[in-house]
Amino acid sequence: MSGVPVLSVRDGHKRFGAVHALKGVSLDAWRGEVLALLGDNGAGKSTLVRCISGVHALDEGEIRLDGEIAAISTPSLARRAGIETVYQDLALFDNLTPAQNFYCGRELSFPSWLPLGLRFVSNRAMDREAASVIDRLKVKLPKFDAPVALMSGGQRQAIAVARATVFARKLVILDEPTAALGVRESRKVLDLVRQLRDEGNAVILITHNMEHVIELADRAVVLRQGRKVGELKPDRGNQHELVSLIVGAEA
Amino acid sequence: MLAETAREPDATSGARGSQTHAQSASPVTVALRLLNFGPLLILAILIVVISLLTPNFLKPVNIGNILAQTAVIAIVALGQQLVILTRGIDLSVGANLALATVIGGLTYRVTDSGALVILAMLASGTLVGFINGAVFVFGRLPHPFIITLATLSICKGLALELAINHTTMRGMPEAVTLLGETSPLGVPNSFFVVLGVALLVFVLTKSMVWGRWVYAVGGNPKAAVEMGIPVKWVLVSTYAIAGLCAGIGAVVLSGRTAATSPLYGNLLELDTIAAVIIGGASFLGGRGHLGHALVGAVMIGVIRNALNLLNVDVFYQMIAIGLIIVLAVEADVLRNHLEARARASQAARTQ
Ligand SMILES: Nc1ncnc2c1ncn2[C@@H]1O[C@H](COP(=O)(O)OP(=O)(O)OP(=O)(O)O)[C@@H](O)[C@H]1O
Ligand SMILES: [Mg+2]
Repeated sequence: MSGVPVLSVRDGHKRFGAVHALKGVSLDAWRGEVLALLGDNGAGKSTLVRCISGVHALDEGEIRLDGEIAAISTPSLARRAGIETVYQDLALFDNLTPAQNFYCGRELSFPSWLPLGLRFVSNRAMDREAASVIDRLKVKLPKFDAPVALMSGGQRQAIAVARATVFARKLVILDEPTAALGVRESRKVLDLVRQLRDEGNAVILITHNMEHVIELADRAVVLRQGRKVGELKPDRGNQHELVSLIVGAEA
Repeated sequence: MLAETAREPDATSGARGSQTHAQSASPVTVALRLLNFGPLLILAILIVVISLLTPNFLKPVNIGNILAQTAVIAIVALGQQLVILTRGIDLSVGANLALATVIGGLTYRVTDSGALVILAMLASGTLVGFINGAVFVFGRLPHPFIITLATLSICKGLALELAINHTTMRGMPEAVTLLGETSPLGVPNSFFVVLGVALLVFVLTKSMVWGRWVYAVGGNPKAAVEMGIPVKWVLVSTYAIAGLCAGIGAVVLSGRTAATSPLYGNLLELDTIAAVIIGGASFLGGRGHLGHALVGAVMIGVIRNALNLLNVDVFYQMIAIGLIIVLAVEADVLRNHLEARARASQAARTQ
């Protein structure tokens, strides 16, 4: 690994009132690499993700993309900078169809000289594109034109992951993408993660599943109570150490 | 979210048995479909029953009356519908309309220009709507209830204060009173205004990105932020458009009566909210379309008119409409329950 990391967070702090959720976290993510972000419930993983994807702003510290200080103060700026996120709560719109969900916030539309909100939607193009992606990813959906509300937990998760994969250009963050998934569905998501990495994206994967970490992650960063407490290359041998880092007991 | 995903394993384990019935409609989906057509069905039944009870009901004159009386509710309800789509509510539409007519009436005192009078009413309505939205969003209020209640009071007070002698002012330019007349086709001219507004709302919600965002914000406000939608501006513009609709309603009402008054629009917020909900839109946000507002408005118009023809006391009309609102809201609850059931069985089928 040479050159500059795709993403680098330096000494990031984030407070929510009295809660000090991030206390000086630093991490790097590299192209073609899966970085596991680990930690117990409430460790600050989702908060870090939401700072990187523009939902929250860091109170202190900096975020660099490809070495440049990045202005990602809003989610749309982050997305434009090539950061795709699968949020822990999936961020799906129950009342919209899969295709509408895919393109929500960056609709295919015309004419291009108008601001996005005032343009007309190209429904057919969006349906066609989304259908081909869903097909390619072998996601089974009951009906393509039904609202997402009518779909199962696994299908919804698949849609959220698929949405991020389509637009992935640089960095993809997945916040517990296999939570609530069965073995088979988890497999599919892991395959997607691998594919994203092979396409040259940097991937940040949050999960509580150690098997998945050891199988996929090139590197693991562990957070505890808002602090980075360790970074290592996960394998069968140090699985135990990894778990101790997460829960805080000395190995 | 949690409940949904928690239910999922059950659904998958029950899947194999029902696989052969994959494409046949289940009772749940049939019930859902019925619920979706419910308001239209009820309207049709109402019309049949009423016309059997009072033969006068279906006479062209009376239908013209219904259309004229429904026009204002329908126009303002179209705006209310947009607000309700975003999980909001606009309690100020009635007072907003009253103030707009008064502004129009005052404008008429200084100029004969119909265009200027109309413009003044539209601008006044839009401005009040914009203020609603801006204070709601940038004042970080938890719910639009309070601010629209406040503007209700302010607009009402302003309208009474500004109106000459604090009461109804006679006279409107011809361009406005024209809307109160009947077209050669036999329907009131205001009917075409309703059509125009409906067309505008249709284009906004179905063909424009803005409309997609309105549904997204109503469906999942948090996700809308995460997907980079300018949620604040979507909300502000929605309230401004609802205000514009109140302004258009003001033009139509002062056209029909050839007068403007701070007393206009009384309880219009109730009528329009009732129309949207009776028509079948959901209070839970992101569900509904302009058909709901229109069907609901016509339903209210028909019920009022029928009770009038049957010489039923006005008080009973209010009670009747209240009861129908309760029914409509319960239907909404039932629909959400059925959708959850449908979700479970859909999940089962695709495994
Ligand atoms: N918007 C918020 N407002 C206030 N406190 C918050 C907010 N978001 C997170 N927190 C707090 O910050 C801390 C870290 O939460 P975070 O969601 O980042 O944890 P996590 O590591 O993602 O946990 P989990 O594994 O349960 O998802 C928690 O104490 C949480 O209560
Ligand atoms: Mg989390």
